[in-house]
Amino acid sequence: MTETEFLLWVRGPAFQIATAIFVVGIIVRILEILILGRKPNLAEARGSAVAGGFRTIITRTWPDSGTFKRSGFTLIAGYVFHTGLFVTILLFAPHILVIDEVLGIGWPALPTPVVDATAVITIIALVVVLLHRIKDPVLRFLSRFQDYFVWFLTILPVITGYVAFHRIGLPPPTLIAIHILSVELLMIAFPFTKLAHAFTLFISRWYNGAIAGYRGVNS
Amino acid sequence: MKNDQTLGEILRQQGISRRGFLKFCVATASLLALPPGMVPAIAAALEKARRPSVIWLSFQECTGCTESLTRSDAASIEDLIFNTISLDYHHTLQAASGTGAEDARESAMKENWGKYVLVVDGSIPTGNPGYSTIAGISNVEMLMEAAAGAAAIVAVGSCASFGGIPHASPNPTGAVSVTDLISDKPIVNVPGCPPIPVVIAGVLTHFLTFGIPELDELHRPLAFYGKSIHDRCYRRPFYDKGLFAESFDDEGAKKGWCLYKLGCKGPTTYNACATTKWNQGTSFPIQSGHPCLGCSQPDFWDAGGFYHALSIPTEDTARTVLYGAATGVAAGLALGGLNRARKAHAARKHEKVTINDLEKGG
Ligand code: SF4
Repeated sequence: MTETEFLLWVRGPAFQIATAIFVVGIIVRILEILILGRKPNLAEARGSAVAGGFRTIITRTWPDSGTFKRSGFTLIAGYVFHTGLFVTILLFAPHILVIDEVLGIGWPALPTPVVDATAVITIIALVVVLLHRIKDPVLRFLSRFQDYFVWFLTILPVITGYVAFHRIGLPPPTLIAIHILSVELLMIAFPFTKLAHAFTLFISRWYNGAIAGYRGVNS
Repeated sequence: MKNDQTLGEILRQQGISRRGFLKFCVATASLLALPPGMVPAIAAALEKARRPSVIWLSFQECTGCTESLTRSDAASIEDLIFNTISLDYHHTLQAASGTGAEDARESAMKENWGKYVLVVDGSIPTGNPGYSTIAGISNVEMLMEAAAGAAAIVAVGSCASFGGIPHASPNPTGAVSVTDLISDKPIVNVPGCPPIPVVIAGVLTHFLTFGIPELDELHRPLAFYGKSIHDRCYRRPFYDKGLFAESFDDEGAKKGWCLYKLGCKGPTTYNACATTKWNQGTSFPIQSGHPCLGCSQPDFWDAGGFYHALSIPTEDTARTVLYGAATGVAAGLALGGLNRARKAHAARKHEKVTINDLEKGG
């Protein structure tokens, strides 16, 4: 396989397969959760479940001061790499082109040096998060293979993307192909691992908020 | 002109002054990206170089490479170079034809066996030998025969270097490049569709002065193919700022913004267009408003469309998303139903434990 054939395969059939698995997987996971539902609450409602649900979806985005004091480090590192991923994935011009091609929507890009710097910060934050996971006895005890595996799948596209952008080591078409392939691996694993939290977190926040709202308490 | 004369002698015979000769050496040094300190070395090497015999074979090609070279400025380096080599066979340029031409090739090969430079343009069909022949000799046969006695081979153009358009999918003639067939000779690839004339001349000059130039993994001389178009592109600041032309006649195009979204392959293409430019340094495709096609890269015809950005998928992903979503909903509903049934079944089978049961157990 030549470098061009490799790139074409990655942009062609492989991307279709990854997209299909990703879309089918995510929808199945979400529907499974929704259809399973919850037991009807027979107690009299003291407040609105719907309002509580929506409120919690939003309020849980910011940490309360107690959590911040207890695990400020995890919070900051977490925010940094999540924001970093958001910027590098969604505000880099070539990525926006892909989204535009697939979904027909686009938006302005950030200057590439900004995205470049963000990628470096993201990589550092992810490494720091991993070190913390290994060093902290409780976290280490709670960690299973999947936690390390999804960490690897997450950092891989950022690193391959950085290397492809700076064209280090291999012919550029091969570097781009490796980068796209690493994203495809992430897409395939996404629905079936903890990575699915990107979608399911809204459901769990909703349930938490709705239960509390129904009881008339703030969550 | 006899082949045993040195270049210095030939140039003097042609009335080229020492000053003119040194100017040529300076130009060569800058062309080859060598420091000015190398000029005396180039001069000394060229002085002593023998006028090499060059045999130029054209296979499945469009003559664009020869056009590129011969249509360039008459007073240029390439002209000088072509006065100083002995182009013993080039079936497009030579006056002789038919048997006379083939005789010239054979006698040049015999006289200079082991010493001549073989230049090839065009790809070589490996399917039916009748796909491309010269004087009844198949391309493969002629190449192998001529390569056996060559000191070095220069593959000019993307067809000879990588297969080019004849090699494009579905490659009906089974076209291959020179490097696909020959591995026991030094081969320099000078790809491009066509290659830049001064680059062809520069490679030959380097060969005369310092031998085979330093090559990259695709056998391309690093002096010309060491940097990507994107790295040397004057529109690069716009790329970095995220300012792109969206179509060929929008505001961005008029303001000279980056052509990435219009399919520019500059980021993955290695060539000297952005620095040497074309037509005596006048311009190059990106400067004239057209994205780089990536013509000096292998398989550039098949790289997913000239006007599609490099990063985007080549198939209809929107359709895949739609079908995927439909399948997902169907599968999700089915699995959800199954899960509910299991839950109901488990609830039915659930037996309540009473205090008595616990006491019995204790
Ligand atoms: S026009 Fe092409 S080569 Fe120039 S900066 Fe844009 S993408 Fe790079």
